[in-house]
Order: sequence, then structure tokens, then C-alpha cells
Amino acid sequence: MELFLQQTFSGLAFGGVYACMALAVVMIYQATDHLNFAQGEMAMFSTYIAYTLITWGVPYWWTFLLAMAISFVGGVLIERVIVRPVEGTSVLNEVIVFIGLLAIFNSVAGWIWEYTIKPFPSPFPKEPLFGNKFVGTHDLGVIGVTLVVLFAVFLFFRFTPVGLAMRAAAQDPASARLVGIRVGWMLALGWGLAAAIGAVAGMLVAPIVFLEPNMMGSILLYGFAGALLGGITNPAGAVFGGFAVGVLETLVGAYVPFIGSELKLSFALVLIVAVLVFRPSGLFGFVVVKRV
Amino acid sequence: MGVQSQSTNSRLRDLAALASGAKLSRLQWSGIVAAVVFGLLLPLLVSDYRTFQFTLVLVYGIAVLGLNILTGFNGQFSLGHSAFYAIGAYTAAIMMDQWEFAYYWTLPAAGVICLVAGFLFGLPALRLEGLYLALATFALSIATPQFLKYDHLEKWTGGVQGVTIIKPDAPFGLQISQDNWLYYFTFVVMLLLFFCAWNLLRGRTGRALKAIRDNPIAARAMGINTALYKSLTFGVSALYTGVAGALGAIAIQFVAPDSFTFFLSVAILVGMVIGGIGSIPGSIFGGIVIVFIPNLAEKISQAAAWAAYGTLLILFMYFMPLGIWGFIRMGYARLTRRRKAT
Repeated sequence: MELFLQQTFSGLAFGGVYACMALAVVMIYQATDHLNFAQGEMAMFSTYIAYTLITWGVPYWWTFLLAMAISFVGGVLIERVIVRPVEGTSVLNEVIVFIGLLAIFNSVAGWIWEYTIKPFPSPFPKEPLFGNKFVGTHDLGVIGVTLVVLFAVFLFFRFTPVGLAMRAAAQDPASARLVGIRVGWMLALGWGLAAAIGAVAGMLVAPIVFLEPNMMGSILLYGFAGALLGGITNPAGAVFGGFAVGVLETLVGAYVPFIGSELKLSFALVLIVAVLVFRPSGLFGFVVVKRV
Repeated sequence: MGVQSQSTNSRLRDLAALASGAKLSRLQWSGIVAAVVFGLLLPLLVSDYRTFQFTLVLVYGIAVLGLNILTGFNGQFSLGHSAFYAIGAYTAAIMMDQWEFAYYWTLPAAGVICLVAGFLFGLPALRLEGLYLALATFALSIATPQFLKYDHLEKWTGGVQGVTIIKPDAPFGLQISQDNWLYYFTFVVMLLLFFCAWNLLRGRTGRALKAIRDNPIAARAMGINTALYKSLTFGVSALYTGVAGALGAIAIQFVAPDSFTFFLSVAILVGMVIGGIGSIPGSIFGGIVIVFIPNLAEKISQAAAWAAYGTLLILFMYFMPLGIWGFIRMGYARLTRRRKAT
């Protein structure tokens, strides 16, 4: 029982990171109708920026905010400069540009910061909270921060004029433009927000898996799996999906002997294909009806 | 999105119509003969190491052609071709290492296994379109290296260590080096596979594939069995990539899980985009790009290869979306047009 609880909590901690990635994926999907394959590498790059700020002696929480701000600006710039020319051409063109971005971020990070793994500090104390045996403080922190980010996203979309404009631009760009919303900027804003959320995910996961240019590959995959499981059209569903994938993955790794820790990624693959085949809209997503 | 994507589709369609015309013109014949003669003479002109590199060019050319059949002609997307390449490579390595088969028997075996694997993966992929197919195949290629390291398969795959195999000698007492022999062997296989692809795509099957790409609903209405064609295309595409993997394993004499990461899929994709989407001869340009760009880029920095790949991908998407082969065709069309006008 104790082992089960421990596994569940550590699954929840990983799930928090996946949930953040899933949320970032859903943000871009909501704003532009695309899956950004470069999302993981963008988050990794943001984390390296945070790492550099910390080595310059900036306090952790200032670094946290600064890295988010820089990522936001970077995300907006990438959308305006690099993604804009191919936007709305074809899925193939867009995916190719995303893959190009992925390769560039990965190798530039390797170029600047080299491929050796680096430790990344956690803002939370080392000793477990209230002396409990099940869950580390960083794990709890990850879960907490994820929920805070989700709540902030909810507030932003529900109660601010900009959030409303973004939802309108995503749902019906033509009508949104007619009522005076600058749809192009809303897309850029979506990219910026997604980059900032990705940065949070990167900074949360770096203390657990260590910082290196390839750290986000598998995490992005779990993020996709979480987003699909919860429903790619529903941010709260995506967060639930992220947590669910984290717990499932840890429990399956611990209790199903032939999977172990080695086939975890294959598990994500099977999960993704299964969700896509049996319930493409996910658990809480809306069924999108296509007109032909 | 619909309107603009149609314009891209029609551009692709024009190119495909040109590239896979039912009969070859005299110019195309002379081009092919010149290329084959050049290919046959090449090993005599360069060192053994260069010959080895050109063998890899042919190998990646076949892999790129495999992806091209799927993406360029059938409109299905795959980021997972590193998985099929890996299956082919491991089939060859295990057959040669464990069961001591001759290297040439491994190619049909790799082809058949990949055909089946691709067909099976193509079945669920039927329900997935565009983006979702990209996602599922992305998952496939991320999961592949981990699967190859799996404990219970270590007896055959050698785990993290991989498998080392021995380079074959030239048969019939031919007095040429191993590298040269392997180059000619690969060259013949490549010609055969390219001919088969051309033959497959120029007729009824090819038209069905393109119809599915351009308008799946209309294709179905015309009586094309879209499900069968799409999953078979996935199988054939995997077959090409698998044979390339087997040839690559024989040439490099070594397979290990970390050679078949997601970045191999990216490399094949880069080759297809730069060589020319939906063009059979462009695939060889793709092979050249895959082999020689990293060589050039590594002179700047170890990490620069991927940055160069990425930058090239994006630049080609902006300025030459039909790749090098599309550029050559366009240039040729422009030249001849001007001649007629004057």
C-alpha cells in the first residue's frame, strides 16, 4: 500500500509536468488549429535561459518570471517571423516548419550550452512536507504550480477581454475580424502564452530529469498523449489527461513486469494510437463535425 | 485553410503529372542513361571512403523514395520512418549475425517484414488524418530506440551494444574492393526499386493514390477502395525504407538503437523536402543532402548539422516548396519556353 501511494504521488508529479506540456499544446491548438512539434524544444530552450539567469545570480522566483516573459516574447516573435509565411497553406508545410524549428532549437542549445547534463535547482525545500513518507516537496510543488497555471489560464480566457477575443479569433476568424479583433495578433499571442507555459513545464521538470538538450523529447510525447486523452479542445481536460498519463505510466512501469521502466515510451505510443482510433475527441473533448 | 491547401495540392498534382508521365520522353531517356553511366563510373573516380559515402547516398535515396511514395503521392504523413528503417536494419543484422545468412537474402526478408509492419501500422492510421497521423508516427519514432534496447529482446538485438556484422567480399573472384562491390550492389538494387516505383505510380494504381491524396471523398465515390490503397501504400513505403535500412546496415556494418532516433525520421523528411516532394528522381538529391550536409556543417560545429537541416527545411518551404527537382523542372520549362517565343 505504501509503495502504491508513493508511486501514485510520484506519478502525479510527473503528471503535473505532462499536464503543463499538454496545456501548452492545447493553447496552440486552440489558437491556430495545429500541434506544435517544436513545443518541447522551445520549453527546453526556455529552461536553459533560466539556467543562465540563475548562474548570473538572479534569485529563483525572479528567474522564473523573467524566463516566462522572455519565452512569451520569443513565442510571439517565432509566430510572427517564422510560422506566419506558411500559416494556412497546408498541414504538410506547417509540420515541416515545426520540425525545422525543433531541429534548430535542439542543436543551437547543444551549441551554446553543450551536451553535458546540468543540475537545475528546485525552489522547494528538500525535506518532505510535514514529515510524510509518500511525497517529496518538489513533487507537491509541481502539482501546485500546475493547478495555479491552469486556474490562471481559466481566468484569462473566461474573464478578460483579450481572452474573449482570442477564443473568438480561434472559433471563427472571419467573424472575429469583422468585429474588429486583430486575428493575426491573437495567433501570435497564443504562441507567446504557450511558450510561457512550456517554460514553466521545463523549469519544473529540469530538477527531476536534469537539464540537457534532449530532455523534452519524451516529455512532449507524454504531453501529446495527455492532451489527446483529455481532449485536445478542452484545456481542463488536457490537464486531467496529463495527470492521468503520469499516474498510469508510473503504475504500469511499477506493476506490469514485462513493461518495466524500459517500455514506458511504447506505452505512450499505444495510448496515443488507442485514443486516436477509439475516441479521437478524447474523454472530455468536443466532437468536431466537418463539413464536406 | 481549405482553399489555400488546394492550391498547394494542385501544384503538387502538376508536378506529379510531369514526374510520372506514362511514357518517358527522349530527353528523360537520355537523362536516365547519363545518370546510370555516371553512377557506374563514379567509384573509379573517387577514393574508397567517398565510394562508401555514395553508397549511403543511394541507401538514403531509397529511404526518401519510400517516404515520397507515402507523402508525395498518397498525401499521408509520416514522422515514423526511422522505425521502419530500424526494422530493416535489424532484420539484416540479426539474420547475418545469428543465422549466418548471406547479405543478399536479408533484403527480401527486410522488405517483407517491413511491408507487413507498415501495413499493420497503416490500418489504425486509416482513421487518422494529416496532423493526427503525424502525431501517431511521431510517437512511433520516439518509442523505437527504447524498444530496441528492451531486455527480453537483447538475445537478438544485443541491447544497447547493438550488433556488428561483417562486410561482404566481392563475389566471382572480382578484383574490386569491398566498398566498390557494395556500391555496385546497392546501385543495382536502387535501380530496380526506382523502376518498380515508377512502374507502380505511372498507371492505374498511381492515379488512385493521387486521387486519394487530392480528394479522398471523390476518390471513394469513384469506386477506389481508399482503405486498402492507403494501408497498402503505407506497407510499400515501409518496404522501401526497410530495404534501405538493410542496405545501410550492411554498408555501415553496425546497428545500434541510438542510430534510429527521431532525428533519422527528420533526416529522411529533410531529404524528401529538399529533393522534391512527389518526385521520383528528386529522392536521390535527398540522399545527397542527407549524407553531405552534415559533413559540411560539422566543419563549423558538431551541433551545427541539425541547425543546418532545420534552417534548410524552413528556407526550402518558403522559397522552393517543390525542392531541387521542382526547381530544375521549373528552370528547364522556363528555358524552353523562351526559346519557343523568340
